[in-house]
Amino acid sequence: MADPLIIFDCVSRYYRVGDEAVKALDKVSLRLDVGEFVSVVGPSGSGKSTFMNLCGCLDTPTSGRVMIDGVDMAGMNDDQAAELRNAKLGFVFQQFNLLPRTSALDNVALPLLYAGCNRRARHQAAAQALDQVGLGDRVKHQPSQLSGGQQQRVAIARALVNKPILLLADEPTGALDTSTGAEIMALFQDLNDSGISIILVTHEAEVAEAAKRRLAFRDGKLLHDEALKQVRINHQETRIV
Amino acid sequence: MNLTESVLVALTALRTNLMRSTLTMLGIIIGVAAVITMVAMGAGAQKKIDDQIAALGTNLFMIMPGYGRDHGARTSKVRLSEDDARAIKNQVPDVVAVAPTIRGMAQVVLGNLNWSTVVQGVDGDYLIARNWAIVDGREFEPREVEGGAKVVLVGATVAKELFGEAEAVGQTIRVNRIPMKVVGVLDAKGQTGFGQDQDDLIMVPIDTARTRLLGEAGGVAKAVQVIMVSVRDAWMMEDVEAQITDILRARHRLQPGQEDTFRVRNMSEMVETRAEASRVFNMLLAAVASVSLVVGGIGIMNIMLVSVTERTREIGLRRAVGAKSRDILVQFLIEAITLCTLGGIIGVLLAVGISVGAAAIAGWSFELQWQVVVLAVLFSAVIGVFFGYYPARRAARQDPIEALRYE
Ligand SMILES: Nc1ncnc2c1ncn2[C@@H]1O[C@H](COP(=O)(O)OP(=O)(O)OP(=O)(O)O)[C@@H](O)[C@H]1O
Ligand SMILES: [Mg+2]
Repeated sequence: MADPLIIFDCVSRYYRVGDEAVKALDKVSLRLDVGEFVSVVGPSGSGKSTFMNLCGCLDTPTSGRVMIDGVDMAGMNDDQAAELRNAKLGFVFQQFNLLPRTSALDNVALPLLYAGCNRRARHQAAAQALDQVGLGDRVKHQPSQLSGGQQQRVAIARALVNKPILLLADEPTGALDTSTGAEIMALFQDLNDSGISIILVTHEAEVAEAAKRRLAFRDGKLLHDEALKQVRINHQETRIV
Repeated sequence: MNLTESVLVALTALRTNLMRSTLTMLGIIIGVAAVITMVAMGAGAQKKIDDQIAALGTNLFMIMPGYGRDHGARTSKVRLSEDDARAIKNQVPDVVAVAPTIRGMAQVVLGNLNWSTVVQGVDGDYLIARNWAIVDGREFEPREVEGGAKVVLVGATVAKELFGEAEAVGQTIRVNRIPMKVVGVLDAKGQTGFGQDQDDLIMVPIDTARTRLLGEAGGVAKAVQVIMVSVRDAWMMEDVEAQITDILRARHRLQPGQEDTFRVRNMSEMVETRAEASRVFNMLLAAVASVSLVVGGIGIMNIMLVSVTERTREIGLRRAVGAKSRDILVQFLIEAITLCTLGGIIGVLLAVGISVGAAAIAGWSFELQWQVVVLAVLFSAVIGVFFGYYPARRAARQDPIEALRYE
């Protein structure tokens, strides 16, 4: 059995809106292992992003216990959480969130700035990460000079640059057309093959099937947790598009 | 993240928003430029006044005739005479020079050149009292003064008008048709505080002026208009003034209780009074300029707040990839400080430009002091910290999740 990466032990996350408590996440218990590729599905407002933020050390549970790579989040302060994110996690967002008017290289190098690497090491690692996502020839381009799919790949390169053990992607294909989305999914599968664990939130059924395991949420509760027969996405075909 | 990196990040952020950064800095630029220009102008005016005092002669009294009063009724003007001057010189030990003078206008002619100028009748003490040097030729000799010789000293302006580049000393000019020999050229003194050209004059021995040029004034023999008294040291001024008053009262036979028929004016004091007024005025201007600096600081704060709101997602992203809240604070603080300091430096350069330009074009005088420059730049950096802290703290306190969701 593989090593545990994330353990949720009866985790709840409530929001107080006025007098009402919104149960964004309600008593969720689960375990994710190193090397897994998990897709998270569910209707809007079901708690997918909340789950993701907890896995990504961006949020703390109202009750229950979250362990990430053997560390209990309860004992962590803000700075320690930032350090953990910086060292072990990579984030990919629906809106890419690239810095405007900043080259792809500098965008990708950003996490290393906070890791305290020097400029040369940063640029070297960033160039390598851009190579890894197939954008080795676009290092000087600014976000506005790249297509949506390319921008998302820059964002993925940024998530990869610090050699994370876990990649967290919240609707990474949400802003892309189907074929570009497939391209991105193929990339995720490659990355997972290389040993990086992935948690991916999505609305789309096909996208979810690219994972090895699927978590379905509804009203903050974990409804289904099932292993999938992973559907491989053919890059040869998609990369040409 | 170390400081150099933080500064680089801040500079990059400012560069990606160049237009806005420039406009934001404008407030500080104008503020700093205004403060420095005002202070430099004030210092320039001060220096000009100091120069004037020096040009006037040091520790100088000017004694002028006043009106006598007889039981409240004004009598005719009481004249001062050369004898009054001699009495002061003989009886007051602390005077360096006592110079009786008369003054009028004269027409000076050389060949077909014609110049109307001031003629001043002087004795040997005048140049000493006024602290005035000869640049070419010589002063009057005592026998020339006593004998009422037809010799003349020309002021720099007159020398230029009549002789141009040519040698003046030794030439003969006609002063009110009387030929007189130029024996010396006076050093240039420039303008008075009232904008009069002090160099547009000629000097002749006082007797020559009285008998040949300006005519004898009635009332008293050897009448003079003004007696200038130069005192050895500034601290003796008060004492000497009292002595002069006593001597003149005795000579003019004034009874106790009767008003003085003359006025003794301390020239340095007069200039000082005007200097004080201009100092106050300049400080007021500098204060107004400082207000504009504060307004500039508020502008920085305003833009920084807008910038923080606008870059909420960027802040969220930076937090997500590992920036600590202190990193965000430092980044925005450095942005504000950089804006202000850069604005300060540009403001200083602008002030230097204005000072040099205005000095060259309008002839205003400026004294740039490096202390003021350093202080202005430091002060603008402090403004950066002061007005940048609040927006920066706001950025640092943002919840990363909220920030990332921000539309
Ligand atoms: N800051 C907040 N304050 C109050 N309620 C919140 C907050 N964030 C999330 N919620 C609520 O928590 C619930 C779960 O939100 P979450 O963002 O996790 O949903 P989601 O599954 O990601 O939805 P979507 O697919 O639309 O992104 C929602 O009902 C939402 O209204
Ligand atoms: Mg969501």
